[in-house]
Amino acid sequence: MADTIAATDAASAIGTTGVSRFGGILSSLRRSPAGFIGFVIVALMVLITAIVPFFTPEVAPNVKEILLPAGTPGHLLGTDNEGKDVLIQMIGGGRTVIFVGFVAAAISTALAIVLGSLAAYLGGWVDSVVVTLTDVFLTIPQIVLLAVLGAFFKLDSPILLALLVGGLAWPVLTRAVRAQVFSLKEREFVEAARLLDLGTPRVVFVEILPNMASFILMNFMIGVTNAIYQLVGLYLLGLAPLTGSNWGIMLNRAWIAGAIFNDNSLAWILSPIIAIILLLLGLVMMTRSLEEILNPRLRDR
Amino acid sequence: MSAMETAPAAEGRTPLMTLAGVSQVFDTKAGPIHAVNQVDLSINPGEVLCLVGESGSGKTTAARMAAGLAKPTNGQVDFDGTDIWSMNRRDFSTFRRSVQYVHQDPYASLNPTRTVQQTLTAPLLKHGVVKGGKAAAARAAELLTKVDLTPPENFLTKYPHQLSGGQRQRASVARALTLDPKIIIADESTSMLDVSIRISVLAMLGRLRDDLGVGFLFITHDLAIAKYFGWHGKTAVMYLGRIVEFGPTPKIINAPTHPYTRALIDAIPEPDPDLTKTKGLGSLRSLEIPSLAHLPPGCSFHPRCPLFEGGLCDGVVPELVEIRSGQSAACHVVARDGADVLRPDPPAT
Amino acid sequence: MVTTTSPSAPRAVRGGQGKPLLSVRDFNVEYRTGAGTTVQAVRGVDLDLYPGESLALVGESGCGKTTFGLGLLRLLPRLGHASGKVTFNRGDGTEIDVLGLDGRDLRQFRWRDAAMVFQGAMNAFNPVLKIRAHMHDTMRAHTKATRKEIEDRAAELLRLVRLEPARVMDCYPHELSGGMRQRVLIAMSLLLEPEVLILDEPTTALDILTQRSIVDVLHEVRERLGFSMIFISHDLSLAAELADRVATMYAGRIVETGGVRDMFYKPRHPYTLGLIKAVPPIVGDLPDLESIPGGPPSLAALPPGCKFNPRCKYATEECKAEDPPLVPVSDQPGDGHEVACIHYKEVHLDRPAPNNELGTAS
Repeated sequence: MADTIAATDAASAIGTTGVSRFGGILSSLRRSPAGFIGFVIVALMVLITAIVPFFTPEVAPNVKEILLPAGTPGHLLGTDNEGKDVLIQMIGGGRTVIFVGFVAAAISTALAIVLGSLAAYLGGWVDSVVVTLTDVFLTIPQIVLLAVLGAFFKLDSPILLALLVGGLAWPVLTRAVRAQVFSLKEREFVEAARLLDLGTPRVVFVEILPNMASFILMNFMIGVTNAIYQLVGLYLLGLAPLTGSNWGIMLNRAWIAGAIFNDNSLAWILSPIIAIILLLLGLVMMTRSLEEILNPRLRDR
Repeated sequence: MSAMETAPAAEGRTPLMTLAGVSQVFDTKAGPIHAVNQVDLSINPGEVLCLVGESGSGKTTAARMAAGLAKPTNGQVDFDGTDIWSMNRRDFSTFRRSVQYVHQDPYASLNPTRTVQQTLTAPLLKHGVVKGGKAAAARAAELLTKVDLTPPENFLTKYPHQLSGGQRQRASVARALTLDPKIIIADESTSMLDVSIRISVLAMLGRLRDDLGVGFLFITHDLAIAKYFGWHGKTAVMYLGRIVEFGPTPKIINAPTHPYTRALIDAIPEPDPDLTKTKGLGSLRSLEIPSLAHLPPGCSFHPRCPLFEGGLCDGVVPELVEIRSGQSAACHVVARDGADVLRPDPPAT
Repeated sequence: MVTTTSPSAPRAVRGGQGKPLLSVRDFNVEYRTGAGTTVQAVRGVDLDLYPGESLALVGESGCGKTTFGLGLLRLLPRLGHASGKVTFNRGDGTEIDVLGLDGRDLRQFRWRDAAMVFQGAMNAFNPVLKIRAHMHDTMRAHTKATRKEIEDRAAELLRLVRLEPARVMDCYPHELSGGMRQRVLIAMSLLLEPEVLILDEPTTALDILTQRSIVDVLHEVRERLGFSMIFISHDLSLAAELADRVATMYAGRIVETGGVRDMFYKPRHPYTLGLIKAVPPIVGDLPDLESIPGGPPSLAALPPGCKFNPRCKYATEECKAEDPPLVPVSDQPGDGHEVACIHYKEVHLDRPAPNNELGTAS
């Protein structure tokens, strides 16, 4: 009796080899055309805005070339009201936006993971404090708070901006993480880890968290999208200092200069809008198909 | 590794674990639910105690209290003579590691994001059972061999979804063994496995009991499985939160002294076309199981019991009293008239 | 039933005579999987069900039992495709090609000729409709019965499954216990007097005493109404209890079939033998049990030859060469006992049957 399990048994039970998670995600992304296009758009934009500015000439105000229309030789997308080249600004203007978007999302996601999972797993007063905190943050009108904070602080450093945007975005995701951990912590493998006395940090961050990796990745993407919206909104409303150049600042200046009333500066106001829309579209497409791919019920099948 | 004698359960030895008058009441909108009511149990080193009952009998709740996963509303759970809920942190941690649980669902009990090796080495390293990753991997391989997952190197790198149900359950058992437990609580651990695999998993558990001297609290709804695994141990039959019969397994199966146990044994179909024709519902008075929220007064089996006597059974809850040597039942009628009032043998027709 | 010429002479005639009610030939079910490939869940099943007969399909999970049952009633999910020949002989003499049915005819076949009782009794009900509405909807969809007729018929069947119509009819499904729901489902499936009832794990997940009551109800109802039954179960004890004939399925094929006593006391396929040896009986002393090594093969990667050979202790090199056909057992002919194993003459259950004097029925 007690036959040893034949190796054939094992072999037949194995459908997939242990491919790395990330590799799996990439290959599945390729199977979903929309997701793949989204991924390509985002990757290209990140690369272009990160690398190309090193090779473009510095833009300087030039009174002789103000408000040139698109198609002008040497200025493919024309110039703005200070005579600066729009194309170069557009290429260089993504840096801060994308940087702040990703850092802010990283900050809010990290906060949400730690607060949400500990609240759910530990329960009791920890949970009450976190829930109350999220409630408080959720009731504050964010854009007003940003306006007030913008008035108090000099928001010229991208890191500070990211901290501000990310520091306000965590409550929603915290709630979601908390709900997920609540259901995961009842799972039998978590109970087994508790019985083995593996310790709370390990149970939460090694046993539970990886099971919501896809959920977190998805929400991180959504977080990036939201942070970019907020950031651009801040600039458009003039709540962040308009030093340097990025898509938000371009938009603000074009708006203030009344570019929408001037046929010649159509490219000036449209180019940051198109850049932002393209980036957000790419992110949304990618997130959408990630959602399909990473649904745990569909994975491993 | 605690070198424990593997002698069969000896009377008079201090039990490793006792549940004394343990109750668990859940407060719900529909009122309090008495999931477990005044249960006494004890497990000796290397002994098998089967807890048998249908859904709603409270067997899993009782097991969770024994594992320290739930705190009893009333009563006391002792491990090595100490109340686990008044232990200090260190003792409780020792208790935690000494009592392991093997869950029912092999698909939920292993972390889908961890390989078998990661699952097995984590507790080994955390508690310093072995030093270093290499030694931990070697020990993990050894544990896999113990649960018949051989050759171990075929399984160490696997994720749970790459294993069959039986293999997963074996891996769960290997995980339970990492910290050299003294008691394993197996909660319906084989009920989701195919018949063809079930017996080999049970045989493997039986070997652990014999070779490692691990005590078992074996929870099942299937009397035939309890019989097979717990033949040399004891069986407690639960009904609606109470133990209604307790005794050595062979006696419970072949000569039950409680009308509920009798009814169960008479009702279970046999894998034998002639034998199974002798089975039936007998003279059970009702098929409906009373709700835990509205337990009938007196003996909670009385609305269904063929031995029901008005005035006797619906007044006071019967105590568990010894009917034959070592075998006790909670039944007013049997306590008064003896076990012969139950049909002594299966009916001839 | 009127006796006519039997289409396949050597087949089982137990439980009924003459023309089979349901005749299945070379039945296959394929599932399309993700990457444009297909897996065969049921492979070349031949089966006859005679009037009044009760047939049990047993085997491990993943052996194709449920797929076969669904395929017979054309209830397969969209990715599944059934092929072969399924002939249903109505009591009135008409012959129906089940796989050729569609639309109205198919719906009619499903309730009036053959009905299915599923495993999860809760999912079969619409949670917002009372039992009465379920009964009326089912009847009205298929007959022109009046309100009164429906009420009477439903009440009659509910009483037959030992339920009190007055109590049950006005209940919502969730207000009933699992056993009651299962009994209501059996009553509902019998509303239109089907000649075949297919039950998929009818007692799984029910308590022992409730299981027993369902078994008893099935015995009774079948005696009264005389329909044929195919029931699908992983529980051999249930097969022993309810079946006249048993068919063992493995990897999508029937590997052995025969009368219930032949199958349990004289199994000739190593797989059937293994299953029987793996089930602990409840009465008597500690039995000597044995499990079958390994697990069922993945349908996507079946071994060559006999699909059971990697797990079989009787297996030889020959077994890897060819998948053996189902042939009648010749050295100890039983009741239409057929087996698909080249070594069947060596396969014997070495456990004494409890009542040896009853051991052979011919």
